[in-house]
Amino acid sequence: MELFTSEITLAHYLSVAAILFVLGVFGIFINRKNVITILMSIELILLSVSINLVAFSAYSADLSGQIFSLFILTVAAAEAAIGLAILVVYFRNRGSIAVEDINVMKG
Amino acid sequence: MISSFFFYLFAAVTCLAGLMVVTARNPVHSVLFLILAFFNAAGLFILLQAEFLAMLLVVVYVGAVAVLFLFVVMMLDINFVELREGFQKYRTLGIVIGIILLAELFTTFFQLTSDSGALPEATGVHNTAQLGRVLYTEYVYLFQLAGLILLVAMIGAIALTLRSRPGVKRQNISTQNSRRREDTVRLAKVNSGEGAEAKEGSN
Repeated sequence: MELFTSEITLAHYLSVAAILFVLGVFGIFINRKNVITILMSIELILLSVSINLVAFSAYSADLSGQIFSLFILTVAAAEAAIGLAILVVYFRNRGSIAVEDINVMKG
Repeated sequence: MISSFFFYLFAAVTCLAGLMVVTARNPVHSVLFLILAFFNAAGLFILLQAEFLAMLLVVVYVGAVAVLFLFVVMMLDINFVELREGFQKYRTLGIVIGIILLAELFTTFFQLTSDSGALPEATGVHNTAQLGRVLYTEYVYLFQLAGLILLVAMIGAIALTLRSRPGVKRQNISTQNSRRREDTVRLAKVNSGEGAEAKEGSN
């Protein structure tokens, strides 16, 4: 098969990352009410950025990309922890996680 | 070429799992597909000779973040059918925007990287060792900052979810430790046939 004998270039990895990124954006669009799925979509977007950075780093033989991918991983973990904590508190107060009600704030 | 085959395998499974994450009916399935996507992304990282990040992805994302998601999804009693309202309404808009974005990204890539060569040869030094050499010297302040971010996230998550409900009996360690024997225990001489008598002020 010709597909498997051709060399994998940087563009291949960037394409995978682009597809994942678009899937993340698509997920945010279609799951407007479900915060958990929105958080998971954000994780997908961050993963795609990580793939981008690692691919560039590998193809240009420069480690900076991997270092920054490491920091993205850190920030993603922190973001998930805080986001889910906020979600738990919100659910405890409201009994639902519908995002559309969050704009109702008491000043 | 075996590495090409594995690239296409990992890439296809990652993309399909990503699609299932956003479209699955049950959020538990979404989280499981997210785990699958992370595993296959780790495979892509290994193909890119970034073994340390691949292992980190498995440990941090699969071991911590995805499990956290799973806990929250299963812990909260949510009516997921209600949350899927508007799924049909926004789907067309989402697909249109997605296709536009994808087309833009792809045109950019294939103009940018038309002459990108093959993957450089491995240098023989471990990826982990290479990363360590740079991380602890050149990026040491950023590394400390990342630790600080994690600390703030930990304290923030605990502070947000900690609650003290009134009317709950709790163990108070300092009160327990500051009790003295003389205040609480009394040795009573009980004559046979009379029984013990409770005194005021002793319990």
